[in-house]
Amino acid sequence: MTRYIIRRLLQAIPLLFVISLVLFVLMQNMGDPVATMGGRSVTRSADRERLRRQLGLDKPIAVQYLYWLVGNDWTKIDLDGDGVAETPGQRQGVLRGDFGASLVNRGKPVLQVIWDRLPNTLLLMGASELVIIIGALLIGIYSALRQYSVIDHVVTAISFVGYSMPIFFIALLTMYIFSVNFKRWGLPYLPTVGMFDPGVGKTTGQVALHMILPVFSLSFIYFAGYSRYVRSTMLEVMSQDYIRTARSKGLPRPVIIYLHALKNASLPIVTVIGLDLPLLLAGAIVTERIFAWPGMGRLFLDHASRSDTPVVMGILMMISVAVVVFQIIVDVVYAWLDPRIRYS
Amino acid sequence: MGTLLEVTDLRTRFSTPEGVVHAVNGISYTLAEGETLAVVGESGCGKSVSMLSVLGLIPIPPGQIASGSARYRGMDLLKLSEPELETIRGREISMIFQEPMTSLNPVLTIGRQITESLRTHLGMDHGTANRRAAELLESVGIPDGGQRLRDYPHQFSGGMRQRVMIAIALACAPSILIADEPTTALDVTIQAQIVELVIQMRQQIGMAVIWITHDLGVVAGIADRVIVMYAGFIVEEADVESLYADPRHPYTVALLAALPRADRRRDHRLKSIPGAPPNLLVKPQGCPFARRCDFVIERCWSDNPALAPIAPGRKIACWIDVKTGAPR
Ligand SMILES: Nc1ncnc2c1ncn2[C@@H]1O[C@H](COP(=O)(O)OP(=O)(O)OP(=O)(O)O)[C@@H](O)[C@H]1O
Ligand code: SF4
Ligand SMILES: [Mg+2]
Repeated sequence: MTRYIIRRLLQAIPLLFVISLVLFVLMQNMGDPVATMGGRSVTRSADRERLRRQLGLDKPIAVQYLYWLVGNDWTKIDLDGDGVAETPGQRQGVLRGDFGASLVNRGKPVLQVIWDRLPNTLLLMGASELVIIIGALLIGIYSALRQYSVIDHVVTAISFVGYSMPIFFIALLTMYIFSVNFKRWGLPYLPTVGMFDPGVGKTTGQVALHMILPVFSLSFIYFAGYSRYVRSTMLEVMSQDYIRTARSKGLPRPVIIYLHALKNASLPIVTVIGLDLPLLLAGAIVTERIFAWPGMGRLFLDHASRSDTPVVMGILMMISVAVVVFQIIVDVVYAWLDPRIRYS
Repeated sequence: MGTLLEVTDLRTRFSTPEGVVHAVNGISYTLAEGETLAVVGESGCGKSVSMLSVLGLIPIPPGQIASGSARYRGMDLLKLSEPELETIRGREISMIFQEPMTSLNPVLTIGRQITESLRTHLGMDHGTANRRAAELLESVGIPDGGQRLRDYPHQFSGGMRQRVMIAIALACAPSILIADEPTTALDVTIQAQIVELVIQMRQQIGMAVIWITHDLGVVAGIADRVIVMYAGFIVEEADVESLYADPRHPYTVALLAALPRADRRRDHRLKSIPGAPPNLLVKPQGCPFARRCDFVIERCWSDNPALAPIAPGRKIACWIDVKTGAPR
């Protein structure tokens, strides 16, 4: 197993390399970082030139990519524009963990900028994924066992609504109901913005309270589809011969459902969860934007709109790595669940 | 020997999008203690469904048991609740199935699948159950039982999986084993081994066996009595010697005539009766075998003959006497 994981990680390296190259080229179209430097426009052309040299933007794109990848501390760069490279480079390159410095945040290291936000996004995603999985399993199994019951039909209806609704609409709708209207009706209402009330401080309770609406919005659309998927997978599994065998042995129903059936049903479910994780991340970006949640998604949008290429590159690379890691985790979980994979 | 199981007027239907499938149409039979009863008939004639119904194993819906009773030790199995049935299944009455490749759970170890019966029904603890499971594997002819408990079904061949199924079914020493075509999916040599194994285990445990099969050839070696089914009806019932020597129902006659002889290549399927079994979607008018019967008379088209005794221990459902071709 360990060898398998290592092999998968090694296989991912060329892939990540190609991704980074493509992204780097695409970054060239994101706008001129110098023009919007930190949100202030730099007007004097002499200043612009100086900034370009400082940021290495005067170099051909191949060289820029090389510096981004391996750094430039092994060579000298021409800072004063006299054509003579005299100043030693400072950058170490992403291969040594240096993603450069943010343009917006005045030279703050990209990794630091991302690291400030990453846990918030993971918190939102993790909580949503948990809600989705638990909810989908409960509802999916229930409606599989009571096929065509009232609850089954209700869930079917809700999941179609969920499936067809864009996430921003759900988000705004829940805001409108649970925050705006509840406040108007004098009921306890939910906060819609940020991670905590600055007046109270960042306590667990505050964060949990602020998470309710974003997590609900993010979970809702996926939850619906997942519960349908769990339902159909369970139905399929429950009609298999080995379930009939289990029943013919006189096993109690819960053992049959939650061990014999669910363990088999979880194989396709795990696969789908793994494939959808990047989508969940995309959903998180939208959700964070709407609820002003200080996560990577908002970070990405804020910095992309101001052409902060180092940060944007950093975030995109981090997502690429995350996707690769998700895939490997899914494969490992799958192998753990399915002996036929494990032993081949 | 006393009667162990008495099934009376069992009717099972399935509601499908195409209409109601009349799978089992009022069958009655008994099973004595320690007896081996063979149930034969072409594919789709309701053999499996009639047995699954007794154990409450048909899917409901679409299935429905429209009438009947199945008395076992003073209980009517058809009236028991699901939890009550769970104490019977696997403990008193066990089943093995046709498809060894799909009948075992692919993601659970063989050990787990054997011991869970022992632990559920006999309350054994983990260690005892494991030791017993290893013994069971050895007793069905799987060497290294203790080692193999940790293996998964895909690590066994078809014949070996069927042995595992038998070990599971016999774990709690049931009084009835229902074997639903356990050899159909296996190679000929393996088939003989499995038949041999069941005969041997039957002696050891002293259980009664219901052996469902296509293959009248196997029946002679294993069964005491035979039930012949056609289109959800029992059409003939006899002890095994009488049935071979002197078949009385035209369908049985045709089955035996289609049986490959020892001097020909053995083909185990009963294909050679002209025509196909009737569509169970339409409730038959008259005798269900009429369309394929060589002896058919006028009355057969309008009236369905009931299963009736013709001699001690013999029953047939037919209007005529096959010996003379004349109405009885
Ligand atoms: N779940 C079900 N839904 C609908 N029809 C069914 C179902 N199970 C069985 N049947 C029908 O009931 C009839 C009897 O089936 P059964 O499995 O008892 O036949 P069989 O005699 O065991 O045949 P085989 O030798 O092929 O196993 C068939 O026509 C079959 O199509
Ligand atoms: S009743 Fe008639 S049709 Fe049916 S088996 Fe007898 S002779 Fe043939
Ligand atoms: Mg069958």
